[in-house]
Parts: sequence; C-alpha cells; structure tokens
Amino acid sequence: MMDFLTNDLLLLSDSAVRNAIPLLLACLAGLYSERAGIFDIGLEGKMLVAAFAAGAFSAIAGMPAYDGGWEMGAWSVWIGLGAAIIASTIFSMIHAFASITLRGNQLISGVAINFFAAGITVLIGQHWFRMGGQTPQLREGQRFEPISLPFAESLKDVPIVGDIYYQLISGHNIIVYFGFIIVALTWWVLYRTRFGLRMRAVGENPGAVDTAGISVVKLRYSALIITGILCGLAGAYLSLGTAAAGFGKDMTAGRGFIALAALIFAKWKPISAMGATLLFGMLEAIGNKYQTLDLGFVVLPGQFMQALPYILTVVILAGFVGKAIPPKAGGEPYVKER
Amino acid sequence: MSSTTNNAGRLDAVAPAIELSGISKAFGPVQANKDISMTVAKGAIHGIVGENGAGKSTLMSILYGFYKADAGSVKIDGVPTQINDSHDAIAAGIGMVHQHFMLVDNFTVLENVVLGAEEGATLGPSLRKARKELKRLADEYELDVNPDALIEDISVGFQQRVEILKALYRQAEILILDEPTGVLTPDEADHLFRILRNLKEQGKTIVIITHKLREIMDVTDSVSVMRRGEMTKTIATSTTSPEDLAEAMVGRRVLLEVDKKPAVVGETVMQMKGLSVTDVHGVKRLKNVSFELKRGEILGIAGVAGNGQSELLEVISGIGAATSGEVLMHGEAIDVSKHANAELRRKRGISHVPEDRHQRGLVMPFMTWENTAFGYHNEPEYSGKMGLANQHHMKEDAREKMERFDIRPPNPQLVASHFSGGNQQKIVLAREIERNPDVLLIGQPTRGVDIGAIEFIHQQIVNLRDAGKAILLVSVELDEIQALSDRILVMFDGVVQGERLPENTNEGELGLLMAGVDPEANS
Repeated sequence: MMDFLTNDLLLLSDSAVRNAIPLLLACLAGLYSERAGIFDIGLEGKMLVAAFAAGAFSAIAGMPAYDGGWEMGAWSVWIGLGAAIIASTIFSMIHAFASITLRGNQLISGVAINFFAAGITVLIGQHWFRMGGQTPQLREGQRFEPISLPFAESLKDVPIVGDIYYQLISGHNIIVYFGFIIVALTWWVLYRTRFGLRMRAVGENPGAVDTAGISVVKLRYSALIITGILCGLAGAYLSLGTAAAGFGKDMTAGRGFIALAALIFAKWKPISAMGATLLFGMLEAIGNKYQTLDLGFVVLPGQFMQALPYILTVVILAGFVGKAIPPKAGGEPYVKER
Repeated sequence: MSSTTNNAGRLDAVAPAIELSGISKAFGPVQANKDISMTVAKGAIHGIVGENGAGKSTLMSILYGFYKADAGSVKIDGVPTQINDSHDAIAAGIGMVHQHFMLVDNFTVLENVVLGAEEGATLGPSLRKARKELKRLADEYELDVNPDALIEDISVGFQQRVEILKALYRQAEILILDEPTGVLTPDEADHLFRILRNLKEQGKTIVIITHKLREIMDVTDSVSVMRRGEMTKTIATSTTSPEDLAEAMVGRRVLLEVDKKPAVVGETVMQMKGLSVTDVHGVKRLKNVSFELKRGEILGIAGVAGNGQSELLEVISGIGAATSGEVLMHGEAIDVSKHANAELRRKRGISHVPEDRHQRGLVMPFMTWENTAFGYHNEPEYSGKMGLANQHHMKEDAREKMERFDIRPPNPQLVASHFSGGNQQKIVLAREIERNPDVLLIGQPTRGVDIGAIEFIHQQIVNLRDAGKAILLVSVELDEIQALSDRILVMFDGVVQGERLPENTNEGELGLLMAGVDPEANS
C-alpha cells in the first residue's frame, strides 16, 4: 500500500500536474476572452504558433554564431518565451480585429486562426531549419529546467510529507509554478478588481458597459491581449518545458480544444478551471502509465487509455456534465442598437 | 420652496437645465431628427411624446452621448457642453433610464450601481461606499432595493429602481426616462411617479419619453410633441388636452375612444379546461386555467407581461403544448399535446395574430406577398400547376389585402422589414382576418404601433366581433383591454386572478388583480 502511494499515486499526480499546465494556461486564456464576450476556438492555433516561436527562437538564440545563432547562452530560453508571447498575442489581435472591430463571426475567425497556425508553423520551420517542420533539439540554457525547492533533498526521506514535497511539489520548471499563481491572480482580478467587474459585465451585457461610459472595444481588446499572453505561456511550455525540448509539427495535439472543454466544464470560473484541467492531466497520465488496463472482466486496450482525455472532452461538450451557461453576450459582436 | 416663480426677472436669470438647438441626425437615408430645438426648465418634469419612429429616443440618446448629432449644440445649465459619449453625459450630470434596462443580470444590485463609477482599481472600497450611499438614497427617495439581490431575481419594477439609483449614484441632476411604464403594473407606475415628483422637489430635472398621453397629463409640467423627426410643438401641460396632443402627434384628429356597439353574445365556441403548462426548467407557467369563449364577444386577458398569457396563447394556437388540460371547440376536443399542429388549427377556423410579430407573425426578410400567404400557403387557392405555388395569385391577393388594410407603401414586392410597426401589424392582421375565422387569437395587437394605426386595428377587431366571431385579446396595455373588451380576465402568476366586466370595474381594481391581490378577498 505504502508502495502504491509513494510510487504510483505520487508519480501519477506529478505527471498529471505536468500534463495539466498547458491546458490550465490555455483554459485561463480562454476564460479572459470568453468572459469578455468573445468566443475563442483559436486557442489551439495560438498555442501552436507560440510553441513554434518558442522552439525556433530559443534554438536560434542559443546557436553558435557560425551557425547563424545569437550566442545568448542561458538567456535563450527567455528569448524563446518572449517570442512565444509576442507571436500568440499577434494572433490574438488578429482575432480581436476580426471579431471586435470588423464584427465578424468569431467561430470562423477562430477556425481560420487554427488552420493558419498549422500551416505557417511548418512552412517557416522547414524554411529556417530544413528538418521537416521540426525545430532543433534544445539544450541546456535553451529550455526550462526543473527547479529544486528549498529543503527538497533533505526532506526527501520524511515519510509521506517529504515524499509529497519532493516528488509532487518540488522539481517542476518555473512555468508550472507560474501557472498556479495565475489561477489565484485571475480569481482576484475577476472578482476583486475594477477591470474584472467591467470585463465580466461586457461579456454579459455590453450595453450596460457602454451606457456607463466605458469603452466596450478597449475592454475587449484588453481581455484578448491577456488571452494572447497566456496562450503564449501555454505554447512555450510545450516546446521549452517538456521532454520534447523543441517544436514538432502539430505538437499541441488538440490541447486547445481540451482546454475549451475544461473551460465549459469549469463554468468559466478560474478555480474550477484548475480542477478541470488537473482532471484532464490525470487522465492523460493514466493513459500514458497503464498502456493496457486489466479490469478483471475486460482488458482495456492502450488506444482506449490514450483516448481518455478526448473521450471526456466529447462527453463534456455534448452537455452530459450539467448545464453550463456561457457569458450571455458571447459570440455576438456589439452594435449600438437603434 | 421656490420664491422665484412669481418673479419673472429672476426666473429668466436661472439658466434652463437643458437647451438643445438645431439638433439633426440621420441614419443613412432616414432623417431621425430634423433641426430640433428644445428647452427644459430646471426642476421641471418635461414630457416628450410622439409615435414610434418619431425620433424621441434618438434625440435623448444624442443628449446622453449614445449617438453623435450631425449638427446642433447642447447647453447644460446655460453652459455649452460637448457630449461625445456617455462618459461626457455622466460628467455633465445626465442620467438615463433606457427602455431596455442596461443591467447585468447575474450581477448584484450593488455591482450594477458601481459598474463604471468605481473609485480605484480594486472593488472593496467602492462597494462599501456604494452600500452606504444606496441606503441614504433609499431613505430619501422611496427607492428601497436589496443591494445584494441579483438582478435576475428581482421584478422589473425593482430593476427600474436600480437604473434610477445608478443615475443618482453618479450624481445626475438631469434624469431621462425612456418609456418607463411600459413594463410596469399600474401600481408600480404610480410608485414611479411618486419617486419622480420627489426627485423634482429636490431640484432634479426630469425628461420622460412616452407614448401614453394619460401619463403626460398626470405627471409633467410641460410637454413637447415630435412627429417624423421634427418637434411640432412645446406647451405647458396644463394648457393642453390628450386630444390636442394626439392630433399634434398624428397630424390629424384621432379617436382615442373605441367606437363600438354593445356586444351581441352568442353560443360558446371554445372551452378551455384546466390548462397547465410546465416549462423546460420545471417552472409552472400556467396553472389550471379554465374559461369559455363565446361568439360575438371580445374576451380581454389583462396582466403584466410574463404571467402566463403567452403560454395560454401558445397552447390554444397549437404552437406550444399543454402539460395537462384540454381545449374544446364546438364541444369537440382539439389536440393540445406536443403533436399539435398550428396549420390544422387554422383549418378549423382559429386564426392567430402572435404577440411577437417579428419572430412569429412575419418572416422579416421575405416579401409581403409571401408573408400574406404564409400559414395558408397549402390552401388550394395558392396552388398552381404541378404542385408549384401560384405566385401570380399570391401577388394579386397581397395587393388586394394591402389596399383593404391601407398598408403603405402598397407594394407586395417589398420585404416585411421595410414597413413601419403599424403597417407590419396590418399585414399580419390582413392575413388572419381575411380568412374569415371563427376565432381570432390576438396578442399585443398594437405593440410598437403608431396612434393612427391603432385606431384602424381596433376598429378591425370590433368589426370582426360584430360579425359574430369570437375574439381572445391578450394585451399588457390596460387601456386597450378596457377599451375593447366585453369581458376581462386578469392573469397573475399563471392563474386567472379574477374576471370582471369592463363597466363594473376600474383601473385601480384591475391593477390590484394584476399585482396578485384580490380586492374582494380583503373587503
């Protein structure tokens, strides 16, 4: 029993956290956008360009000069992160321009962003690196390394508490910790600040915001800038913070859509979003650890285990998990009525 | 309190609260406001009347910075003021209560009041201050609202108070109300007028937009009349009459009373027995409603919107299903289950003019000749060769209907959305009445319809009654119910709260019934 706790459960939880972080960041990104009344199915595309920009720029920044690199050393990873945030924010602003300024259809704009991202990343990647759309393997200084929290080594042998601290809490990279801080920050912004109040209001009834003398357009653009930044972090985590250590074609693998499902599951609330994405992360961890699962009466094949997060996504989106009421003004461009 | 009223010299010295000069505004080819000048004295209640589309709301939206005027200038308290957006208007001390409330439904009252008037980046201090201020305003102006209630949980009367509180919290000196009584019970409307008089006594200036002339006479000091984007007259209320105002609004003499003979009531045509409707959320919308409808009578259903009248119409017309109960026509049961078919209802002689003509009465982007055939398009007269529609006949038929119902412009090729509210309603009426039905179900016949057309529509309904048809009239306008009905049922919270004859009741009693109080039970 002790063995199961220390080895299996802790390792599973540890891996659930790692899997959940990109989902969590994307989910929070979607939360800002949708709470402000702009539906965003382009989370996937934004994560993908961010992952590519992070992988590409971190690689270039760290390369020796004779390879055309910038020899930035340990700064490379931060260059990568910055590039990811900028790329994703540009994409977010395209979505903002289409859906706020031009009052276009938000779903179509989102689909376009996903397709554009899938194509452009491979195109530029192939042109720059000639590796079939991949970016070069990242080395030390070009990727985020695990951080050992204080006393992790010395507490390691304390039963249970020490195990949890060493295995589960310590030893993640900085984006993981940052992700959890953003959950708390988002809650505070949403419910305790002027910006949060106005943002929630603009997603429910933009007319109320407009007649209160506040610009609907500025407010929605601000929200989508935050969406861009958070998607940038999510994408950067994939190429700079995981074992992949580099960008690979279509590496987001539907995580943007899973994040969207988690957002609906969480009813657009930040703390619930954390819970929902951790659940998805756990399912992915189980799928990876138990290639096949023998339940005694039936043996579940590996493919089924791998598909668990996607199955849950379908179940949630089909509305089996209670009624989720989206922000009322979501998807509707704001036009002053006559 | 004002000793200046008798002193003409000093009165002139007080600058008017609002002075508009030469305001013009066009939306594309439509000139909504033409060179409008208007002055409202400080501390007055000023009414603006006019038909739908006369430009009242546009004018006030310009004053509130919601639209930008193409030309003209605004002075507030004698000071030239540039109002570019609502923010400027609020800064100039102007507050507006919109016809459709600008509230966030899932916010508390407090959050709605604070929205846009926060002090500092965090909410805590603003909310604490607003809570205190709301208490003070509540005591001062009879504006009690629970600050922690969610907007979606309170009645429209209370929602309107929140809108007024929002304006007062922003220290508005001028309050504009756009059609404030449209959604209120007579009792709530009286309370609103008490609040407005109270505000006036505190020196606030109030502008009230309405199409209800009685309210104008009751509550205002002066009144402006608008017609087709122009301001046709401004006059002290005490020197005018509803008839004069109506004439100024329409441009001709109109009959405010409905001209009708006593009803000749015949045998029962329809019986509703224990109708109940439970909606998808499990809420009971209609609770065991029974009544009879007879030939040659207009049965009016009064009530504040949302008390089950819509569900009742839906069940009888075959659009919605009853959870239990039955409907008999000539003693024979008709289908009220979810398999009910509105087309079959029409074949049995039940015509329906729906409450929401944009959603259910018309297909807005379709042409008039299509709209005048819808619902009856399978009738043999519209069928041509090889199962195709007989377009030629449909157009001719539409042309005749447009002529008989004076629908302008009389062009069957125009799409429904091209017409004014009154003409749209006439298109629906023409389609349903010309079928010569035994029963006419009609919901909100004159909502959004101008006075001239109201007169015509009322006359058509009375004519149909005099032809021995049974008419079920649902309206939230109590005046309309009283003017037209031969018998009145009042609905409240899904039940028939009471039945009255129009000659034996009055507005006060009906108002109480509409609010769920049975005056007889108390006496």
